[in-house]
Amino acid sequence: MEAGELEAEKHVRFILAVEKVLSSLERSRPLFLRLLLLPLSNQPSVDSQRKDDFEALAMEHLRMNGAYWGLTTLYLLHRLDAVDLDEVVSWVLECQHESGGFAGNIGHDPHILYTLSAVQVLALLDKLDVLDADKVSNYVARLQNEDGSFSGDEWGEIDTRFSYCAICCLSILHHLDKINVEKAVNYIVSCKNLDGGFGCTPGAESHAGQIFCCIGALAITGSLNHVDKDLLGWWLCERQVKSGGLNGRPEKLPDVCYSWWVLSSLIIIDRVHWIDKNKLARFILDCQDKENGGISDRPDDAVDVFHTYFGVAGLSLLEYPGIKAIDPAYALPVDTVNKIFFGRLIVRTWRS
Amino acid sequence: MSSDEDEGWVPFSRRPGWSDVVPIPQDDGPNPVVPIAYRDEFRETMDYFRAVYFANERSYRSLQLTSEAIKINPGNYTVWHFRRLIIDSLNVDLWEELEYVDEIASSNSKNYQIWHHRRWLAEKLGTGSANKELEFTKKILALDAKNYHAWSHRQWVLQAFGGWEDELDYCCQLLDDDIFNNSAWNQRYFVITRSPLLGGLQGTRESEGRYAVEAILKNPENESPWRYLRGLYKGDPDLLVGASLVSEVCLKVLQTSHNCIFALCLLLDLLSHGLQPCTELRTAVQRLSSEMELPDASLPGTVCSILERMDPMRSNYWAWRRSNLPCQAS
Repeated sequence: MEAGELEAEKHVRFILAVEKVLSSLERSRPLFLRLLLLPLSNQPSVDSQRKDDFEALAMEHLRMNGAYWGLTTLYLLHRLDAVDLDEVVSWVLECQHESGGFAGNIGHDPHILYTLSAVQVLALLDKLDVLDADKVSNYVARLQNEDGSFSGDEWGEIDTRFSYCAICCLSILHHLDKINVEKAVNYIVSCKNLDGGFGCTPGAESHAGQIFCCIGALAITGSLNHVDKDLLGWWLCERQVKSGGLNGRPEKLPDVCYSWWVLSSLIIIDRVHWIDKNKLARFILDCQDKENGGISDRPDDAVDVFHTYFGVAGLSLLEYPGIKAIDPAYALPVDTVNKIFFGRLIVRTWRS
Repeated sequence: MSSDEDEGWVPFSRRPGWSDVVPIPQDDGPNPVVPIAYRDEFRETMDYFRAVYFANERSYRSLQLTSEAIKINPGNYTVWHFRRLIIDSLNVDLWEELEYVDEIASSNSKNYQIWHHRRWLAEKLGTGSANKELEFTKKILALDAKNYHAWSHRQWVLQAFGGWEDELDYCCQLLDDDIFNNSAWNQRYFVITRSPLLGGLQGTRESEGRYAVEAILKNPENESPWRYLRGLYKGDPDLLVGASLVSEVCLKVLQTSHNCIFALCLLLDLLSHGLQPCTELRTAVQRLSSEMELPDASLPGTVCSILERMDPMRSNYWAWRRSNLPCQAS
């Protein structure tokens, strides 16, 4: 892998531009705005803004996810300085409900998906102390069901994605003791399939996204002994297709987002050397919009923030030069995770 | 319907039934960027939605408004939540609500909210909704036979309400359409392991083994039936090694196909678990080995070398398999 092929600065501008469009559409406060510091020619044209309108509108309710994707990418690319941190923190707090849970945006209902994103964003900005950790944790703990599974909110949808959200969130807040971890682990294990993978509920097809959630949750709770690592590792490495990209299920098309889901799982179970890492990095780099920034699902498709994050995070896992290291289980920079658990920044000398 | 596309969209501010409502715009911050002209329909609909949502107005006009908001952005979970509160408060006919979901689902079949809403309705309606739900998922799977949401909804319906009788036939039908459909293979395994009618793995292993072998012989490069075949002997390697149809399918594929990665891999598993290979198997492997001009080695070692060569992207995996062979086998 050679440095210099990643259009880092353009991706940073792309993310800032998307956030600008979103905030102006909503007539709400822009979060990342330091755009004026950039030369005028780099600002998005009116045309490209129009094109992004609809996508930005559809993202309104999940702006918290968008903030997490965007900010983490900026952090990994050493550009968190482009963000008005106080503005972000006060917006995040405005999304919190009396129940302790967070919504995807101001005026929306709370959900565990956005609660995790909110906690991750605050951790990323090293602002966890603004939270009443007890209150947030109680919200999450109340979503655990009798069988150990988790609901996404009061409406009761159950999915192993929510098990991951709950466990990751509580671990960051040092409050895993508020749930029945053993039952939570048993529920996840009950979703294991004949191929070693995991689905959303017991019996559901293995899917790389769900596998990340289950493996991440098992890693955080120290329960990886329940994983058939060799069997799962083989299934995961079979996800690499000729182009070098990874798919999420057999016979599906490759997609940059699986550079995260598959790769992080392989790293957690220590089997990442079973795939061709150079070919995968090539595939991700080929999905860049080299002119206007951003990364797409497959080469030549339209870019978006979601895939830009997964592309950059994937390259980080591949130890691409110039990108900060990301933790495969917490989906946060290694620096951030170290701060959460060791209270200080540990200099990793083994990585440049 | 006033929102009918053919008639053009009428802004809420000009609708007689809405004159008493003051729309609530999204929170305006200290740094407003000049709004660019964009979908007024979206903005106004959401402003009126916020008004009725914050006023907790559970009325028919609110219900109608949520339909319009969902049409614009079916991903907005808060709108769905509020819709359910309204349905509960007004005792809306749930069958009619199912019809409504039918209408919007086919164009939004990958939307989490729609499926969750559907599940909520079916739970309230109980067993009586089973047939309708099975038919509904069939309709969605006819459009995309790998739709993850549709499959998990279907599995829930089967487990909650029953309806297993025709499920294995349904899997056959989907696999006839596309033998590479891993979702249908997964459903097949779900049925044979969880249906109360089939006697579990023990009762189905033989017939299912034949089914998988037939599928393998048609397309030896198809990952799914190979895994399915292994799954039939889950947790019991001795049974797998002792099943003649398993080693036979490996041999047949090695003798007849160029796509023999999965056959070699299964053979490797069998050898690792103590299979005593027949002469034909040895000959088939040696033929491949000499074609590739590989050096002489034990049979399992040779299988690993062939795999490393045939599947260079995963050569590290196959090298690891070689290094991990039991002593007497390497």
